[in-house]
Amino acid sequence: MLLRTETAIPSSEITPKEVFESYKMTRRRMLSGLSAVGVAAATAGLPELALGESPLKFVGTNYAVPDRAITPEAKAKSYNNFYEFGEDKSDPSHNAHTLKTSPWSVKIEGLCKNQQVMDINKLIGLRPIEQRIYRFRCVEAWSMVIPWDGYPLAELIKLADPLPSAKYVQFISLQDSKTEMLPGGIPWPYSEGLRMDEAMNPLTLLTFGSYGQTLANQQGAPVRVIVPWKYGFKSAKSIVRIRFVDKQPPTTWNMLAPDEYGFYSNVNPSVDHPRWTQAHERLLNSNSVFPKVVPTLPFNGYADQVASMYAGMDLRKNY
Amino acid sequence: MPTRAIPYLKTVVHLACLVPAVYLLQVYRSGSLALMADPVNYITHFTGDWALWLLLGDLAITPVRRLNNSLSWLIRFRRMVGLYAFFYATLHLLTYVLLFSGYDVPTALAGLQAGHLLEPWKQLKIIWPTMVGDVEKRRFIQVGLLAWLILLSLAVTSPQRVLRAMGGKNWQRLHRLIYVAGFAAVVHYMWLVKTGVRTPYKYAVVFWVLILARVAYSLWKRWNKPSAATPVSAKVAS
Repeated sequence: MLLRTETAIPSSEITPKEVFESYKMTRRRMLSGLSAVGVAAATAGLPELALGESPLKFVGTNYAVPDRAITPEAKAKSYNNFYEFGEDKSDPSHNAHTLKTSPWSVKIEGLCKNQQVMDINKLIGLRPIEQRIYRFRCVEAWSMVIPWDGYPLAELIKLADPLPSAKYVQFISLQDSKTEMLPGGIPWPYSEGLRMDEAMNPLTLLTFGSYGQTLANQQGAPVRVIVPWKYGFKSAKSIVRIRFVDKQPPTTWNMLAPDEYGFYSNVNPSVDHPRWTQAHERLLNSNSVFPKVVPTLPFNGYADQVASMYAGMDLRKNY
Repeated sequence: MPTRAIPYLKTVVHLACLVPAVYLLQVYRSGSLALMADPVNYITHFTGDWALWLLLGDLAITPVRRLNNSLSWLIRFRRMVGLYAFFYATLHLLTYVLLFSGYDVPTALAGLQAGHLLEPWKQLKIIWPTMVGDVEKRRFIQVGLLAWLILLSLAVTSPQRVLRAMGGKNWQRLHRLIYVAGFAAVVHYMWLVKTGVRTPYKYAVVFWVLILARVAYSLWKRWNKPSAATPVSAKVAS
């Protein structure tokens, strides 16, 4: 009989965070000291050094979840649905190291006046990075509490200056068979979308980091959106194109199973997923084996900031 | 295989079938289960996987034994492996009831410690409507429950005494339901996963290969010995 042997790393072998951080800082200082050499290396056609997660400068905000503890960082970064890197939620943290996040650019296209290709460094620097603690609710009925670092997507949209005919914003994720697994059965690239008012809502965050660091690859580095009142799959990862369109764009999970994943997919405890109830969720924010099962809140607890956008809509039909 | 070796081999198979359960307990006790992002999800899949693997392994015993006469001793392990499939299926069901559906384990345990013996029952009553709703509404839960109920009935009737009391024919008729259980278990997995997830299809292929092996065998038997009155399988299986 074969057993899957997952040899746990003994705690004695885990590098203390301070040591790791100081090593990282030394390395960074060294790298910046070497920047002159770096330029020479770059021009010589040598590969750039990828740094992975690195500290982000951010300002604090009032966006918090006072009644819930923040999910341990290791949990948030090892339990990810990112199908480009495998179907299991532990797959992305093992496989996404191949993702190449630098150089990276985002193409802003479609019905807008300022179409352009923007380098990721320019995009990050466009506005001050805010840290916001949001509830994160997966459609699979588990949830976390995560500090995200970014700025409102509305800022970028204003800069792009959409035409009056632009009614929706579409997000297209990286599709690269050289660095991603791209399992069969799913039409790649991953596509998601929001209505223009949803995209402009101050809660919708163009996100570059979490826990004060740049996004881990498995979280959708280097840039993603976070739409906290919708199920997690609406928050597209590793975005390469942002397109302004006049019609509701096709979205990946909706195409795969329209009866399970609606275009809106607002968190709604009264509309069940066909295979499970959405009335409650497993809150993954502690190091306990026993689950904390808590009631799911309408719009994931953000009703007072978003519900008015859906006034008069039948949310049972537009799930 | 000399008959004398069978009891020793049975011990080995017992231990082997218990390894996953011991491993799970160890993962819990070492604290690494708590550090996993979603322990409940892990336990659910762990117990479900092992129930399915042992069930398919059990269904493989007969076709493998038929490959060669020298393998006929394998039949002595069929009931045992089946019972272990039931054991893991029961752990899987308990995971659903106690950990998945919102059952408040800490409160139930605290109640027990404080001497309120009815507290676990009270907690169960709280989540009962959710579970009834699941069974009513969700077909993957319906087929999963069907598979478990079949395994339960086979486990209850597995002792030699019950076999004798029921009579071989009846007993065998009932125990053929193992095929339904295997089918239901695979469908349970298929209906549970998202579109695009393909793992359950591997198990479906394994299941149908094991079924086809039986069909092929009986066809071959008929073609080889058109006058054979009693199929060999009936003799050995009873």
